Amino acid sequence: MELSLATRTVGEHTVLEVGGEVDVYTAPRLRERLLELIDAGARHVVVDLGRVDFLDSTGLGVLVGALKRLRTAGGTFALVCDKEPLLKIFRITALDQVFPLHPTVDAATGA
Amino acid sequence: MATVRLSFSPAPVHVRTARLVGVAVARRAGVREDLLDEVRLAIGEACTRAVALHRQYGLPDPVLVEMSDSGPYAVRVVDRAPIEAGIGLAALPPDELAKESLSEDALTTGVGFALLAGFVEDLQVRPVEEGVGTEVRMVWPVGR
Repeated sequence: MELSLATRTVGEHTVLEVGGEVDVYTAPRLRERLLELIDAGARHVVVDLGRVDFLDSTGLGVLVGALKRLRTAGGTFALVCDKEPLLKIFRITALDQVFPLHPTVDAATGA
Repeated sequence: MATVRLSFSPAPVHVRTARLVGVAVARRAGVREDLLDEVRLAIGEACTRAVALHRQYGLPDPVLVEMSDSGPYAVRVVDRAPIEAGIGLAALPPDELAKESLSEDALTTGVGFALLAGFVEDLQVRPVEEGVGTEVRMVWPVGR
């Protein structure tokens, strides 16, 4: 249930695996980790939401923040998500038109 | 008559508790299983919004959540923030969402409202009847 964060590298991509609940309480930790990665030089970031079982507007705000930051830095940002309840959240908020959404990490990293 | 009443100090850590209670009462009230994810999200969004408003205005007052199952499942989330802050939120179009000039807070607020409007068919946001504040009222059918 608690937020879990794990990072790995796939080619030139930094993949952040997120699990658990991303909400108004836990989203600041996700923001912090994304900023750390970007500050450390990551320019092609993929956030894997495969093990997320709750995502709210605060979490979405953090993801958009990372997208903008990377775009400004000349990088890329993509999401991995294949769960229908989460995909519905992206559709309802129109964020499916803002984020590149991929069903698998392989698809997101072009592996 | 409310069956379950929960009030919590306006801290993000308590929003999860409100979601868990809200879903537990919904399940007991007979809300369909396939709607429970939406109930969880909507109650979370309404409480997140209330907590954000209380923090924005420095209000220590608790946020109130009332869940009633006499009839359809009705949830009221009540904040005590000045009304001009609480009403008149609008969903943001996609080109606005990705704009650099839009702050993360403004984006979160707009997206939160889009989720409430998108997931709750029977949704009302209105001033409280007594005192200062806004109530978000959400109703779901029960399958009995």
